[in-house]
Amino acid sequence: MADTRFSVSRLPGFSTIAVGVFIILYLPILMLVIYSFNGGNSIAVWEGFSLQWYPKAWNNEQVRDVTMRSLTIASAAALISTTVALMAALGTTRRKQTKGQTFVYLMINQPLMVPEIVTAVALLIVFAAIKVATGYQGLGYLILAHSAFCIPFAYLPIRARLEGMDLTLETAAGDLYATPWQTFRHVTLPIVMPGAIAGLMLAFVTSLDDVIITLFVKSAGQDTLPTYMLAQIRRSVSAEVNAISTLLLVLTVILLTGFFLLTRKRT
Amino acid sequence: MTTAIAVEAQSARKDYGSGQFAVRALDDVSVRIEKGSFFTLLGPSGCGKTTLLRLIAGFETPSAGKILLGGRDITYDPPNKRPVNTVFQSYALFPHLTVAQNIGFGLQMLGRPKREIAAAVDKMLALVQLEDFAGRKPQQLSGGQQQRVALARALAPEPEVLLLDEPLSALDLKLRKEMQRELKRLQTETGITFIFVTHDQEEALTMSDRIAVMRKGNILQIGAPREIYNHPKDRFVADFIGETNFLSGTVEEGAIRLTSGDLVEAPTQGRSGKVTLAVRPEQVRISGAGDPGSLAATVADSVYFGTDTHCHLRLADGTEIVARLQSAASGEAGLARGDQVSLRFEAGAAQVVDE
Repeated sequence: MADTRFSVSRLPGFSTIAVGVFIILYLPILMLVIYSFNGGNSIAVWEGFSLQWYPKAWNNEQVRDVTMRSLTIASAAALISTTVALMAALGTTRRKQTKGQTFVYLMINQPLMVPEIVTAVALLIVFAAIKVATGYQGLGYLILAHSAFCIPFAYLPIRARLEGMDLTLETAAGDLYATPWQTFRHVTLPIVMPGAIAGLMLAFVTSLDDVIITLFVKSAGQDTLPTYMLAQIRRSVSAEVNAISTLLLVLTVILLTGFFLLTRKRT
Repeated sequence: MTTAIAVEAQSARKDYGSGQFAVRALDDVSVRIEKGSFFTLLGPSGCGKTTLLRLIAGFETPSAGKILLGGRDITYDPPNKRPVNTVFQSYALFPHLTVAQNIGFGLQMLGRPKREIAAAVDKMLALVQLEDFAGRKPQQLSGGQQQRVALARALAPEPEVLLLDEPLSALDLKLRKEMQRELKRLQTETGITFIFVTHDQEEALTMSDRIAVMRKGNILQIGAPREIYNHPKDRFVADFIGETNFLSGTVEEGAIRLTSGDLVEAPTQGRSGKVTLAVRPEQVRISGAGDPGSLAATVADSVYFGTDTHCHLRLADGTEIVARLQSAASGEAGLARGDQVSLRFEAGAAQVVDE
């Protein structure tokens, strides 16, 4: 080979380690998917192929209920966090670099760094006070909490997109008689759109599988899919959970593939 | 007779930063640009030419002074309220729009009816000879084609003034020469006032009706290309526009005594004492040694450039003068190092310039 540069892939044992890592990463997921097709009631003993768990899960009133709640919360949280993230990204990329810039980034990405359990307890305290004061018990708390920790997931792809955008384009739009709003509508927004959709999908997926904050914030009877599954597994082990997880996995893979395709495309 | 003025800057000043970090990018510049002319702002980077352009476009507001468009004060109007369009150095074409949509953008923002926009786009595509590319995205075009789209986009709304910010600097030499002629053609055909910013003196000379030479936030000289080239006001202008020999001397009875002791006839413009003479290399003539009324010189070097030969000559005191001779005229053999020759300047060639 003409290429004589150093490459990790030519170190001895590289492929062995790589295969090992992939097995550790994906074997459990593979097991989960396989056992969702188990004919028996066990999630450890294979008793022949069957599709029984999928209709069973679907016909379970409770599963439908928590799935709808999860999707509602995830959709609302994804929309809210992406809107906030878009504004934050515009604010942080569309002005001169100032001293506080790094601090602002840290503030926006705070949910990525603060242990989730801390946020969960903090939200519990605040929301408890509000619940007492207003008497409101609805889904709003969960939506707000999810929106908050989803912001950095929506912010990062949008910011990456905006940073790659030539600011002269906005100047040019203004030069060509576009008002600031028209400039945003006809130039900035279309160009940032792939980043915004990517952010929307990441936020959706992040909200969908949250357990810790949801457990702390939810009122009675507000189980989401993950907290419901957790409760199920604690009570009795059923392959129904495998079926639900597999469906969630499929949804996530679809969304993340979309994310990948959108962020890969360059303009 | 007064000609209509398209753009006027009145003591326009622009400071960046504040306090001890303040930088004066534009130092009370006043200039009047005639309607329908091709006007060039020429100078090295940091001379304020782009700042002046941005003040006219409305991307910046002056720290002091006024900008008038057709006699109307537009100093604080936002860019989208000015009938002025810009061709950007980076072209700044909208990557998500087609060539046709890019060209129609200005008219679309002005709320013109679709049919009118389509007609204007077709006209512009024909003007820049890109009829077959209407449906393409900008990134599918070559640099020269993108340049023409940028031009068409800026011309489509028929602005009163077109601003061009070093638009040719990203093109290779051959394409640049082609676009220079193209720009001049477009300007003549549309009759729109062009204000062109460049650091390339050749570009300025070939296209402009008038040139303003700028340095350190000031305009040093404004004039037609020939006027600026043949009668540079000071040493900077003479040096920036074309190559120039500078000779020091003292005024002596209506002529100038060079440091080499030779006496040169030149208009002294009422000066006395020490002066600087500027002479263009192509206005230096060489003849055989001992020619009466000429300066005695020695050939230091001779460099062949194809059409020209640059001959480096030394006067008695070592002052170096470059003469640019047409290769055909200087003969096959040319001059060799150490040859003794006579040189003289063409009538009117030697100019006294400010330091």
